[in-house]
Amino acid sequence: MRAVLLAKNQISVLLEALLQGHEVFAPVNDGGLIVFRQVDSPQQVVLGYHNSTLPPKRLFFPQTETVFCYGLEGAQLALEEPQPASGEKVLFGVRPCDARSFTLLDRVFAGGNHCDGCYLARRENYTVVGLSCTRPRATCFCSAVGGGPFSTAGSDVLVTDLGTDYFIEAVTDKGAVLVESLSGCREADEDSIRRRTEAQAAAEATLRGAISAEDMKRRLQEMWDDPLWDRLHEKCIGCGVCTYLCPTCHCFDIVDEGSEQRGRRLKIWDSCMFPLFTLHASGHNPRPTGKERWRQRLMHKFRYWTESHGEVGCVGCGRCVVNCPVNLDIRQVLNEIESLTKKVE
Amino acid sequence: MTDLSQAVRDAARRLLSDGLVDVVIGFEAGTLPLRSSPCFVRHAGEVERLVWNMSCENNLAKYLPRCSERVGVIAKGCDTRSIVGLLGEGRIERERVHIVGVPCQGMLDRRRIEGELAGREALDMQEGKGEVILHGDGFEIALEKERYLHASCRACRFRNPVIYDTLIGDPVAEGVAADEYAAVREFEAMPRGERWRFFEAQASKCIRCYACRNACPLCYCTECFAASTEPRWLNPSTDATDALVFQIMRVMHTAGRCVDCGACERACPVGLDLRLLTKKVEKDVEELFHYKAGLDVHERMPLSTFSPDDPGDFIR
Repeated sequence: MRAVLLAKNQISVLLEALLQGHEVFAPVNDGGLIVFRQVDSPQQVVLGYHNSTLPPKRLFFPQTETVFCYGLEGAQLALEEPQPASGEKVLFGVRPCDARSFTLLDRVFAGGNHCDGCYLARRENYTVVGLSCTRPRATCFCSAVGGGPFSTAGSDVLVTDLGTDYFIEAVTDKGAVLVESLSGCREADEDSIRRRTEAQAAAEATLRGAISAEDMKRRLQEMWDDPLWDRLHEKCIGCGVCTYLCPTCHCFDIVDEGSEQRGRRLKIWDSCMFPLFTLHASGHNPRPTGKERWRQRLMHKFRYWTESHGEVGCVGCGRCVVNCPVNLDIRQVLNEIESLTKKVE
Repeated sequence: MTDLSQAVRDAARRLLSDGLVDVVIGFEAGTLPLRSSPCFVRHAGEVERLVWNMSCENNLAKYLPRCSERVGVIAKGCDTRSIVGLLGEGRIERERVHIVGVPCQGMLDRRRIEGELAGREALDMQEGKGEVILHGDGFEIALEKERYLHASCRACRFRNPVIYDTLIGDPVAEGVAADEYAAVREFEAMPRGERWRFFEAQASKCIRCYACRNACPLCYCTECFAASTEPRWLNPSTDATDALVFQIMRVMHTAGRCVDCGACERACPVGLDLRLLTKKVEKDVEELFHYKAGLDVHERMPLSTFSPDDPGDFIR
C-alpha cells in the first residue's frame, strides 16, 4: 500500500483539507481530559497525547443510544426509529490499541448472526486514522495481548511520528483512497521507511511479556472454583471504572425512559461490576458478590472471548490499570493466575 | 522502607499471631509509582507485604461494613473519623474491629504531580525528607511534598487518629487550614446562572461509573437509590440532568456524615470537582447544627435526630 511523508509543521494544512470533505473526530484536551470530539479547526487537535482518558468506542457504541421513541396520540401509537448516521467521517489520531478494539467490537455488533444496523452504519461512515505509539507507557501491554504499538488492526491509515515528519501509510482500500486525496505530501523514500521500521522496533522493545490466549483460556477453564477468586476481588470496590474506560467492554442494558404517553427506549452501557447487572426480577442474584463479578470480568476477557473468537477481549491500553481507584492491576492478576497454575502443572 | 512501614508490620504481626484478629487490612506496594494498594493480610508470615507511605490514599473504613471477620485496620485520621461514623450508624461492631491508628502527614495527589511532568512518565517514586523524588526516562524531579498533597489533606484538621486501639508513630502537628471552606464561599458568591453552568459542565463529564459512590466509606446500602428500578428515582442515562440528580442525591446522603476524606474525588476518573459539593453540605451542617462528623461515637448525628430547638428557618 502507498505510503507518504508529511512535514510535521504541515499537519494543520492536512487536517484543514480533511475538514473540507469530512466530519473530523480527533483527540482534544477538555480541561485536562483527552477525549475524542468532532473538531472544526486543526488547532483543537492534540496529537502529542499518550492515550485518551475515555476510549473512542463511544463514537460507535454510544453510552446512551435511543433505540426508538414512542408517543401515544389518542389510541394511536407512534414509533420513531432514529435514522442511521450518515456522512463521511474521519476518526483521526487513534492509538493502535483503541483502533484494534474496533475489530473486537465488530465481532459483537457486526459479526455472526446478529448485526446492529446503527453500529454498522457508524462504523462504515468512518475512516480510521491510527497514530502509532513511538513511546508506549509503562502501563501499556498491547503486545502482550496480541496487538502492538504499531499495530494496524482496525486502522485504515496509520500515521507515525518520525520526529520531523509524519509517515502516513494506507492500510486498507478505504485508507488508500484517503491517502490518495492528501495534498502537501511527498512519496515515502527508503530512508523514511527505514526510520519507520526502526521506530517500530524501538517501541516494541519497550514492551515485555506475552499472554498466550490459548494457555490463559485453558488455565481459566480449570479455575472456576479456585480459592483465588475469594481473595482476588477483596480490594475491589465494585465501581464501573474498569469497564466504562475499557475500549472492548460492550455490555449494555435496555431501559425505557418516560411515561405511558411518551418516552424512549434506550440502549445503555452496563457493567458486570454492578450487582444490578445480573439481578433477577425474583430478587435472586447469580453473581451476588464481588467474587463472582470479578471472576466474570476476567473470564469474559481471557476465556470466553478466546473460546468464541480465538483471541482475548483485551487490547492492553492500560486504562483500567491507571484509573482503578484501588490499583487492582489486571496485569498482576494475570501473572498470578499464570504462576498459580504453573505451580500446579 | 520507612519506620512507619516497620511499625505497621509489627502491629499487624502481633494482632495476627496473638489471634486478636482474623485479617489485617492495610496497604501494600502498588504497581505504579505514587500508588499503594489496599491489601488483606491473614497470616503473620505475610505482614512483610504491608507498607506505609504517602500514597496510602484509600479510605480503608470502606471495607469494614462488609467484612464479617475480626478485623485489624490500619487507619489514618480520616479513616478513623469514618470508622466513628460507621460505629455511630451501627454498621460495624466496636469489638470486632481493632483500630491501628497512624498519624498522617497527608497523601500525595498523583494527578497534580503528573501535571508537573508535562507528559513525561514517572517510573519510580521515592520519598525524601520533605520532598518526593520522581525518576523517569532521562529525568529526575524533586517536588516539595507539602505542595502536592490532595486538596482534602491540605484542608484536613484531623491528621491524628481520633479513635484507636493501638497507635503507632508519633502524633503529628495538626494542619491549620486557613479556611477549609474558602472554595465553597467563593462558589456561593457566584451568580446563580454561573453556578448552574458549572453544575452542567460537571454533570456532562460524569460517566456514571459510580466510583465516587463506591469509594465512599459512607455508601454501604445494599441497594443504592441509583440502582433502584422499583421505584426508579432517576434515569440511568448520561443526560446531564440525570448525572446531576445522581450527584445531588449522593451528596445529600452524606450530609452530616461526610468527613472530607476525599475518596470520592480521588476515585473519579474524569476529574469532577466533587469535594466542592460535599464541602458545601459539610459547611451547611457545621453552620446550622454546629456539628463536625466523625469525632464522637456517642454524639447523635444532627440529621438522624430531632430537637425542638433545631434551626428551622430554612424550611419554608
